[in-house]
Amino acid sequence: MAKARKIPEIAKKPSSFCPGCGHGIAIRLITECLEEMGQDTNVMFGIGVGCSSLLGGVLETDRLHCLHGRAGAVCTGMKRVSPNQMVVSYQGDGDAYSIGIGETTSAAYRNENISVFVVNNTNYGMTGGQMSNTTLPGQKTTTSVLGRDCAITGSPIKFPELVSDQFNVAYAARGAVTTPAEINKTKKYIKEALTAQLNGEGYSVVEILSACPTNWGMTPLQSVEHIHTKVVEHFPLGEYKTREAK
Amino acid sequence: MKVKVESLRCKQCELCVVNCPKDAITFTEEFNEFGYRTTVIDDDKCIGCGICYTMCPDGVYEIIGE
Repeated sequence: MAKARKIPEIAKKPSSFCPGCGHGIAIRLITECLEEMGQDTNVMFGIGVGCSSLLGGVLETDRLHCLHGRAGAVCTGMKRVSPNQMVVSYQGDGDAYSIGIGETTSAAYRNENISVFVVNNTNYGMTGGQMSNTTLPGQKTTTSVLGRDCAITGSPIKFPELVSDQFNVAYAARGAVTTPAEINKTKKYIKEALTAQLNGEGYSVVEILSACPTNWGMTPLQSVEHIHTKVVEHFPLGEYKTREAK
Repeated sequence: MKVKVESLRCKQCELCVVNCPKDAITFTEEFNEFGYRTTVIDDDKCIGCGICYTMCPDGVYEIIGE
């Protein structure tokens, strides 16, 4: 009956994320997948700046804290120097899509053999909830106090759609960490992404929609509801590019 | 006991309480070191399904298993 389940050893230290933040679940899913694939001692993380930086305090494995937005470029170097090591980039939406959009898209364009996990909470969480490229139209943040006006600031960027449509990447998907069903689906996406890298198929990206109760001004339960009613409208869940059958 | 609860890690987000299919998890009157209310699992209701483990962002729960 009950299956024994325990937090992976490499992510056992307590985190300092806010209550209800989805980062904790995302980190657990990634490390669980690595453990199941037997790669948890053969991995190097490239960590972005922002709330994703707090991953550095959780992990007990090789990791490098990259310059803001440059994890795509740093992970490229790490993978080329040690091709037998799993290289995982862990970034937030502000880091990967706003400040580091050049590095992130360039790595996807070259089809680098790395796995990129982007936690999207539609704002810059750590610095106090400023508007990012993924902020929803009309969403109020500390730098868009009247709600985001897309006529001036552009529309939310949809990265998995962009790379699956325009570039020759191995795998692109978007999941959420809101309900047990969505979490299990997201875990499947993460495993596909890591398997793609293990088999040398190329660039894999999984965007993970996560709650940000602190900066959205909501309770954790309201934030989960907000993702299902509002965020998913702009960021549809699912696989955008599946791995080619081997 | 089917689930081990590490109360010190709890941040009182309530995600486990609302997602538990058997309503086995409730908040206690106790606070942990960081000032968050801790949870307790009713062993008679618990079926060890692991939903609390899946939902918890902070690794409070460990499913012991068979």
